Amino acid sequence: MAQSLVKKIGVSLEINGEQRQVEIRPADTLLYVLRNYLGLTGAKPGCLNGDCGACSVIVNEKVYKSCIMLAVEAVESKVTSIEGLSDSPIQKAFVEHFAFQCGYCTPGFIMNTHAMLLHEPHPTYETIKEWLSSNICRCTSYQEIEDAVFSVIGRDK
Amino acid sequence: MLAANIEYYKPATIQAALEQFYLLKNKRKRPIYYGGGTEVLTLGRLNLIETDAVIDLKGIRECQSFEFDQEYLITGAALPLTYIEEKNLFPLLTSSSMGIADHTARNKITIGGNICGQIFYREAVLPFLICESKAVIAGENGIQIFALNEIFNETLQLEEGQFLLQLLTEKRYIHLPFVSIKKRQQWDTGYPLLTVAAVKVEDQIRFAFSGLCPFPFRSRKMEDELNNLQLPLKERISRALLQVPSPILDDIEGSKDYRLFVLRNTLNEIILDLEGK
Amino acid sequence: MIGKGIPRKESLDKVTGYAKYTADYETPDMLHAGLVISPHAHAIIKQIDISGAVKMPGVRAVVKGENLPLTGEELSDRPPIAYDRVRFHGEVIAIVVADTPYLAERGAAMVKVQYELLPVVNSPSEALRQDAPLLHPNLGEYKKIQMVYPVPGTNIATLTKIRKGNMKKGWDESKVVVEEKFAFRPSDHAAMETRCSFAQIHPNGTIEITSSSQAPFLIKRLIGQYFNIPPGYIRVNTPLVGGAYGGKSSTQLEILAYLASKAVGGRLVKILNTREQDMLTSPGHIGLEAIVKIGSTNDGNLKVAELLYFWDGGAYSDKSIDLSRAGAVDCTGPYNIENIWCDSLCMYTNHPYAAPFRGFAHSEVLFAFERTMDVLAKKLNMDPLELRYKNAILPGHTNPTQVRLTSSTVGNLPKCIKKLKEIFNWEEGQLIELDDERVRAKGISCIWKNSTIDPDASSGVILSYNTDGSINLISGVIEIGTGTKTVLAQILAEKLKMDINDIHVQMEVDTLNTPEHWKTVASRGTFMAGRAVLAAAEDVIHQLKSLASFILRTRVDDLEVGYGKVYVKSDSKKYIPIKDIAYGYSFPNGNAIGGQIIGRGHYMFSGITYLDKETGAGNPGPEWAVGAQGVEVELNRRDYTYRIVRAVSVIDAGKVLNEKMAVGQVMGAMSMGLSFAGRETFRFDSKGIVLNPQLRTYRPIRFGEHPIYEVAFVETPVKDAPYGARGLGEQGLLGMPAALGNSLSAALTVNINYLPLIPELLWKVKEGG
Ligand SMILES: Cc1cc2nc3c(=O)[nH]c(=O)nc-3n(C[C@H](O)[C@H](O)[C@H](O)COP(=O)(O)OP(=O)(O)OC[C@H]3O[C@@H](n4cnc5c(N)ncnc54)[C@H](O)[C@@H]3O)c2cc1C
Ligand code: FES
Ligand code: FES
Repeated sequence: MAQSLVKKIGVSLEINGEQRQVEIRPADTLLYVLRNYLGLTGAKPGCLNGDCGACSVIVNEKVYKSCIMLAVEAVESKVTSIEGLSDSPIQKAFVEHFAFQCGYCTPGFIMNTHAMLLHEPHPTYETIKEWLSSNICRCTSYQEIEDAVFSVIGRDK
Repeated sequence: MLAANIEYYKPATIQAALEQFYLLKNKRKRPIYYGGGTEVLTLGRLNLIETDAVIDLKGIRECQSFEFDQEYLITGAALPLTYIEEKNLFPLLTSSSMGIADHTARNKITIGGNICGQIFYREAVLPFLICESKAVIAGENGIQIFALNEIFNETLQLEEGQFLLQLLTEKRYIHLPFVSIKKRQQWDTGYPLLTVAAVKVEDQIRFAFSGLCPFPFRSRKMEDELNNLQLPLKERISRALLQVPSPILDDIEGSKDYRLFVLRNTLNEIILDLEGK
Repeated sequence: MIGKGIPRKESLDKVTGYAKYTADYETPDMLHAGLVISPHAHAIIKQIDISGAVKMPGVRAVVKGENLPLTGEELSDRPPIAYDRVRFHGEVIAIVVADTPYLAERGAAMVKVQYELLPVVNSPSEALRQDAPLLHPNLGEYKKIQMVYPVPGTNIATLTKIRKGNMKKGWDESKVVVEEKFAFRPSDHAAMETRCSFAQIHPNGTIEITSSSQAPFLIKRLIGQYFNIPPGYIRVNTPLVGGAYGGKSSTQLEILAYLASKAVGGRLVKILNTREQDMLTSPGHIGLEAIVKIGSTNDGNLKVAELLYFWDGGAYSDKSIDLSRAGAVDCTGPYNIENIWCDSLCMYTNHPYAAPFRGFAHSEVLFAFERTMDVLAKKLNMDPLELRYKNAILPGHTNPTQVRLTSSTVGNLPKCIKKLKEIFNWEEGQLIELDDERVRAKGISCIWKNSTIDPDASSGVILSYNTDGSINLISGVIEIGTGTKTVLAQILAEKLKMDINDIHVQMEVDTLNTPEHWKTVASRGTFMAGRAVLAAAEDVIHQLKSLASFILRTRVDDLEVGYGKVYVKSDSKKYIPIKDIAYGYSFPNGNAIGGQIIGRGHYMFSGITYLDKETGAGNPGPEWAVGAQGVEVELNRRDYTYRIVRAVSVIDAGKVLNEKMAVGQVMGAMSMGLSFAGRETFRFDSKGIVLNPQLRTYRPIRFGEHPIYEVAFVETPVKDAPYGARGLGEQGLLGMPAALGNSLSAALTVNINYLPLIPELLWKVKEGG
């Protein structure tokens, strides 16, 4: 069988406000390109199967699991990974409310929450549940995350 | 991550998509259509889908339409499920859609991909089955329209090279009383143990099921029994249960007997709810 | 400082994506490994054809398992790579090393293996049968350490016995006797970070391994032992770890990374488990079958307990031997029982093998025991909380291994029970009918746990000053999310009366320059490393004082250290700032003395003993943590669905060192316990194949499915612990399965003795479906 080693194409991706030129395989997921080609390791591999949400990033203001998205699908879009957020209220709230322990799920939770707040600054509990049940945290009890989110939207559950 | 190499194409028109497909075919490639890609990537990772070229349908305008024309609600096959939910033009569809996977995944999963997927739940098809929608299919012979109930038999019966372009649902179905219930093995996330969509059309309730058998289906025979007002409800349900197609699933989500127990309860809930309306 | 809710030191890194975990390190020269794993649970390997893989461009080596030493922590029964026989679904058969992860994966798919299937042992009870296939025919020949008692010719990897008191007397005194059977299958830790290791061999022979591990020092020891390498030639690094829960204290992937590197001339090779491999191939959470029989007087005084535990240790015994032993040590609930007989058997089955799981065999044993307590209470027609209160273990009593307890070693269980009663509104009744279908039900469980640890386990700490008087703290504890390193900084800040922001904690561990901390398990980090911190602080205090005494011309014992100064006790205006002496002291004329102040401290428990082979008598560990927990559910009796409404823990923490982190630890553990009890298990088919090795089908609890958590503490100090603190990382989990089981059993008035507690199970038990 003729196995070609590399079949790469050059693409330009806008990531965290910067244009990045990368040589990728069309089969590469966005997660793989972020981590393995661009060194942006904030998005985490947890399952590569769309199940855990650790790899969540924002593409054009919508949150996606970057393990079930090809990098080529993100061409001509604005990609924001956790590295592109700083000092956002939700990041602070996560620290203040002890909303993480090992921190592995945290970038995914923060990106998802951030996207939710972009979309819906005053979500109901049902909306929060619908969005945040896309991610798994194995360390916290979720109550801490709930507290962090409610502190940002400025009300109690 | 797919270990295999693939080529990626994103045609802008129906014609271009079809041409690309046959071009690749002629080059002895194994092209497949690509909606959200969630199944292509996750099954592909486990070598359960073999392909070397994907044709992304998201660039085709017709696949992205979600609007009413005079007679129908047009639902484009490449629409992500959350888009459909947010627009909420078809409440029954919104409701069934919201039970699938999780919110973030539904930003990516398309309705066409869900209906055409190998993962056998295909929950998004249920509303269309009971609303007797039409499937608009593009292929070598141009664009054809079929009654979904005829062309969807366990899976959407597509010929090589064909793809689902749109679903057409008569407006009169859009605001009928409905119920959509998803029961899981435990709590609020995960594959269905049983999903039922039901709509009341005139005095008849129609039902479609996912998670009961290794394919989604609508059963006239079950509907006949369930709508037989001559008999007490319990009896109607018992008789309907005898009409469930085989095989009934008996797997890690739940045993066959338990599924039937849940089915019985769920039918009871639905009928009590809808018959009052 | 002590007690305060200080955010963890690595917080900012963790919310910005800068925190680095093992898989985040990648270099261009790195090769990647893909694993070939067995699709069968038990089979003879007839042939492994690697020719296709070897020929693939980009593939650098294919490693097979012949001629490798047997491995295993207590009993050497496991080939690191199977070569003649596979014993579980997921076992490694070959490693393919290639230029990129996808080439490695493709290469692995090209390896063709021929199998001849063997009959499968699918549970501990099957393993016990006379005619059961033997997983390890050579069991009698394996190397082992002390306290391991395999039974050759059977599938028993070890048998631990507890014999206390006089059983006949116990039964004679008992007027009411109950006996219950329990079972649950192996499951998984499902840490969000799948395990990852990379290894290289330097030209001088030094093996350098980086791994997501709770036990880098153990890796160093075991790799040295298995492959005959002197300890100085092995260096293990551990960055932040993305969740561990015990699962990352086994040495497994590291061995493969080392072998892979060796196969390519020592080049750097990385292995990142896929989720499927992490669940199947790397060790998981042990299963159990149990028979519990207890007897009491008519007024509910426990007299006797007879316990049989059959652990589903899987195909290799690695850590399950120790787990089965820990289950024997605390084989009952935390009660005063004079007469105890327990056989705890670690069984071989054709299942994935076991690593420690948060709670180290305790939530498992307590599920069986505390469920039986409820059955007894019912038979006695007695309030289950009352029954527990009445029998609660107290100072002066002895445990199953016959250690006489003190307030320091056993804490105050009655106080926990009382507090639970209040917080949990126990008085309002165990059952509240909401309507025709729905009922609210409460279930409780008491807990205890001794952390059985190696008698010679030690922990060390190094402190070094910076020129500004701030301190660098280096400890071998791994930051797995428990915040231990932040607590260590708090302990140090308290001791030196300094600002915690002036303490810089090294989060990563590198065994070359970090003093050893046994393993970051068993909630021992705070105790052992905390003591080492205090010792190291004493050391710097001593150094600071002697230097200052010389400069201030006072006696050493007149000096005090704190607030960034060394000062004279009786005259605090007479002082020298620490920053002026932290790097030695320079006199006005340029003369200088001293040098950078470096403190060191270590700690080792004393008085821990091996257990007697015939009776189990011995001192297993320093102290017990005790507590009482409750779970409240709302159940629909028609369709058996339920929601967990509330979960409460009252735990004797000894002393709470960081309130918010302590509460977080307990709540997180409770969540994990409820998830395990309510939903998690591997589903095996009749051939021992795991049908759900993905998070799609193996589903931990998610946001919104969680109940309201309440945590309260009782503080009964432990004599030797820093500020009296008891272990806290695991306790929250221990009683959750039992309490949930008790609430559901009460709601349905049946005995539900299996896990996970899914509606289908409830339906089956209640309706015999
Ligand atoms: C986390 C997670 C949870 C899930 N849970 C559920 C669940 O609860 N219920 C459920 O039903 N499913 C569930 N799924 C499975 C999911 O249904 C599939 O992954 C998804 O439906 C596929 O949609 P897609 O648009 O991504 O399809 P793709 O992956 O793009 O395609 C799937 C298949 O359909 C074909 N295809 C795509 N579009 C078309 C078209 N327009 N015409 C013809 N063929 C087409 C493709 O060639 C491919 O064979 C889950 C998936 C994930 C990731
Ligand atoms: S890694 Fe993408 S969802 Fe788990
Ligand atoms: S903090 Fe560890 S998984 Fe969420």
